[in-house]
Amino acid sequence: MSVIIESPRSRKRSGFNLEKYGWMYMRLSGVLLIILIFGHLFANLMVGDGIHAINFAFVAGKWADPFWQVWDVTMLVLALIHGTNGMRTLVNDYAEREWIRRTLVWLLWITCVTLIVVGILALTTFDPCGDQASLDLLAKDGANVAALCAAH
Amino acid sequence: MANRPAGTLYRGKVGMWSWVLHRITGVAIFFFLLVHVLDTALIRIDPAGYDAVMATYKTWYIGLGETGLVAAILFHALNGVRIILIDFWRKGAKFQNVMFWVVIGLAILLFAGFAPRHLINVFSHI
Repeated sequence: MSVIIESPRSRKRSGFNLEKYGWMYMRLSGVLLIILIFGHLFANLMVGDGIHAINFAFVAGKWADPFWQVWDVTMLVLALIHGTNGMRTLVNDYAEREWIRRTLVWLLWITCVTLIVVGILALTTFDPCGDQASLDLLAKDGANVAALCAAH
Repeated sequence: MANRPAGTLYRGKVGMWSWVLHRITGVAIFFFLLVHVLDTALIRIDPAGYDAVMATYKTWYIGLGETGLVAAILFHALNGVRIILIDFWRKGAKFQNVMFWVVIGLAILLFAGFAPRHLINVFSHI
């Protein structure tokens, strides 16, 4: 009697493997996020008065500069997708019932997309010089209002 | 005990605990990120409200929380580099144990640079 040797069980996969790209995304975005978040923490918490300098005028000053606009939007998108995909991994590991797992993963991505949209809208439509109340607040926060509004 | 598995990457010891810590710090950072995007977006619809929220970020108790958050970020970032090296560096798996302690050492070093500066900022304005 001859021994029947089954053909190997792992088929050669063809086409698009989403999990592989997810795996690569975590590493690629991770490296970029180290630069972006360390820079963010240094600029906001280490320089000058750190946390105590952060207010409406501080953010208005930063977002008058395209450099920080691009920095913040890139960080927002990369970090939210990185975090959401990480949470998806945990949900896949720990949610035991399929419908709970599916619901949570859906919730995660809905939250992710919503916050990306909200964040980008907040930054791109931001106008600290648009009304008198904002101008008063800039002055109260100690900003050079004329220079700042000329930049915006 | 002779047959006890040793030297595997994710079972027991440093390999496992770095994995656990990576998850815990990741979840903590994720939930902070959700709050942080919302509190920052508030600046667009209510500038005075933004300043009010920022005032809570300047309290000593949230200030301590920020210090912990940065500690979590430092570990997660550096251990992330360790994971990348395990995956892509030929000798990564061999040195994963040493690399864990390098991660801890670097994290402590960077934290020592950050924490006094931040805590002075927090506690000198109360």
